[in-house]
Amino acid sequence: MGELLGYLSFGPSGWGDELLAGLSITVTLFLSTLPIGLVLGFLIALAKRSPNPTLRIFANAYTTVFRGVPELLTLFIIFYGGQMALQWFVDLFSSGIVVDLNAFFAGMIALSFVFSAYASEVFLSALNAVSVGQAEAARALGLGRFRTMQKVVFPQLLRHALPGLSNLSLILQKETALVSILALDELLRHTQIAVGATKEPIFFFSIACALYVGLAFLSSLLIKQIENWTDRGQVRV
Amino acid sequence: MDMELLIKYGPKMFDGLLVTLQLVSVSLLLGGVLSLPIATMRLSSNKFFRGISYAYVYFFRGSPLIAQLFLVYFGAGQLRPFLQDVGLWGFFRDAWYCTIFVFSLNTAAYQAEILRGGIQAIHIGQREAAKSMGLGPFVTFFKVILPQALISSLRPYGNEVILMIKGSAIASVVTIFDLMGATKLAFSRTFDFEIYLIAALIYLVVVEIIRFIWDKMDRRLTRHLRPLSDQ
Repeated sequence: MGELLGYLSFGPSGWGDELLAGLSITVTLFLSTLPIGLVLGFLIALAKRSPNPTLRIFANAYTTVFRGVPELLTLFIIFYGGQMALQWFVDLFSSGIVVDLNAFFAGMIALSFVFSAYASEVFLSALNAVSVGQAEAARALGLGRFRTMQKVVFPQLLRHALPGLSNLSLILQKETALVSILALDELLRHTQIAVGATKEPIFFFSIACALYVGLAFLSSLLIKQIENWTDRGQVRV
Repeated sequence: MDMELLIKYGPKMFDGLLVTLQLVSVSLLLGGVLSLPIATMRLSSNKFFRGISYAYVYFFRGSPLIAQLFLVYFGAGQLRPFLQDVGLWGFFRDAWYCTIFVFSLNTAAYQAEILRGGIQAIHIGQREAAKSMGLGPFVTFFKVILPQALISSLRPYGNEVILMIKGSAIASVVTIFDLMGATKLAFSRTFDFEIYLIAALIYLVVVEIIRFIWDKMDRRLTRHLRPLSDQ
């Protein structure tokens, strides 16, 4: 047991610093995907309520596709497809330059597409939960469309959207592990490297799982705080 | 579309699709059976049982499926002498059984939570009425509580089926030639990007078919709960 714990030490012989570095990339990937996914998801939700039928069809197709295709496949499609598109674009200007799409970037894009598809449904039902009278009253008071959304509708829909969004963000956190397949040096990938060197799969994969669970636990505490904050205007029974 | 590509790799991908469907249905079924005791323990008044089942569910829902799969698939090799002694090495040596094992444990955690939600949503009066009619706890659960809980859990169950189909693509990472595995193989030989798009389309069609069937089933099974005008 002491030998196993020694593996977790920092420095050249231990894997503690590598695992921590991996964990920080996992968290960074999560934190950079989340805002993109949220904004994209909200825009898709607005598109679903748009009077423009083309926009509506596009938004619904977007949701159907990214909710129906496995995340792993979406990741590959964005990674290889993005690479090809990028190469094609670079070749337009000069030939002979080989470009590589960054795995972190590809993962961020792919995961935010998937996240936004699910989030748009959450935002849509939250938008429907805010009474139409609220927006009408704001308009009657002379607020513009943007101000109405910003100052009246959005703060109210946040409370309805939060439980759904927090669920999705916990799922997103776990999905970052998939990007290890594109050789991004996040937590799971560092764990695999450690296993390769030490031949201690049970120990290291258990540590990785525990770190993910710990991360989920921390996030759920944070989410609880945010929920309390958005509920501050509600009457407590 | 490239016909040659389709003729050469179409049958392989079809086989892969069958593997995916088999993997998902076996895991869902085993997970479903396993979810019953877990959900019961979650609702038990015994603190010990509640703690164990809570930890189980928290672990399997809190860590990535791919990490769980790696833990069992690579971890089994380390336990080889022990597994050989108890005669389970033949089971865990095989990537296919490892995958079924992990997927079943994983979906059991999710299904247990769905079931728990369904059971908790049932009015206490149902239990009391069953008791006053002289039904024992076993009959009450299987004849009164469970059928009603399953109906109200139908939609979340449908979502879990779809999540499993999508999640099963991870099996390709441990050498299983499911639809994703067959697609990766075809791509590595041809470098034709189209093959990934075809695979995406197949997954999409399968998921939409399931969604359609589930909608029909939901409408049929809940017809007694809707007003007459809506049937």
